[in-house]
Amino acid sequence: MTILFIITGALLVVSFIANKQKTLEGLKKGALQFLKLLPTLLSVIILVSIAMYFIPEKMLIKYFGDQAGVLGYLSASLVGSVSLIPGFISYPLSGMLVESGVGYGVIALFITTLKMVGIMTIPLEAKYFGMKVTLQRNALSLIGAIVIGIIMAVFFAVT
Amino acid sequence: MLRELKKYRFDFTVIVLFSGLIAVSCLAEWTTGQQLVETTFWRFLKEMLTILPCMFVLIGLFDVWIPREKIEKHVGRGSGIKGIALMILLAVTQVGPLYAAFPVAHLLWKKGCSLRNIFVYVGTFSAVKIPMIVFEIGFLGVTFSILRLILTIPVFILIAIIMERRLRNTSYEITKPE
Repeated sequence: MTILFIITGALLVVSFIANKQKTLEGLKKGALQFLKLLPTLLSVIILVSIAMYFIPEKMLIKYFGDQAGVLGYLSASLVGSVSLIPGFISYPLSGMLVESGVGYGVIALFITTLKMVGIMTIPLEAKYFGMKVTLQRNALSLIGAIVIGIIMAVFFAVT
Repeated sequence: MLRELKKYRFDFTVIVLFSGLIAVSCLAEWTTGQQLVETTFWRFLKEMLTILPCMFVLIGLFDVWIPREKIEKHVGRGSGIKGIALMILLAVTQVGPLYAAFPVAHLLWKKGCSLRNIFVYVGTFSAVKIPMIVFEIGFLGVTFSILRLILTIPVFILIAIIMERRLRNTSYEITKPE
């Protein structure tokens, strides 16, 4: 976490020296986006922490844990492909899942499908790319996500 | 302004109800409520509030320092590896969910961007955004995030190449919904 502060601070100083006005403009833009996000973020944290408190860890592990095997991968890719969860929610959620014992491969699959496969947005995507290309792109992305998930699972199992 | 606030009606309701819950738990010494706040909510909130300000400083700086238009100029057909690199750089600086990439894809297509580069853009769109990676590192660790990144980029470049090969000799067009 410290490294994040150092990098942000260093970039900020460099940017400030290079162009004071641009930097202030950037900070203003960032702050505005942060404020816009804050209420949603807070309510999500609240709802997720309530859910995490009441959902027994055993259940999560049963469906997403390493012992769940193929089922874990299936549920992760299904949830990831169907839902539209933004990154600022999916990462904390994934962090908590890892802490409850869910494997990194499953998490990688969840995150990748979440970003690259959009079942709900297929009608929208088809308006731009056409249905055939849209389906091909989503199918290939799902395969790609599975490959990434498996490699990551193997990597974390070995190390 | 009022209309802006209305968007958050649900969020504010949740926040107010939860604040009430915290207050009641403290006053009535209700252990379930206290535990809920202490074990999950508080830890979560602390993590968020340390990572997020940095993240938004980075987003803001990216926005003012990386001019999107300049990158868009250099990603046409026959742009090679440089085109792919610029496409990823372009994707890195964007904010928003996957479906936010489609209108940009159409725009790029109109500007003469190659199909391969467009699919690189759509594929890497939300996977490689720097502020999001910062966020990812915060919650899942450096090893996980870097490894996922190293794997994601080649996989989606490969997908883009496959897509272009399939469409190259057809009269394929990226359209805009009416």
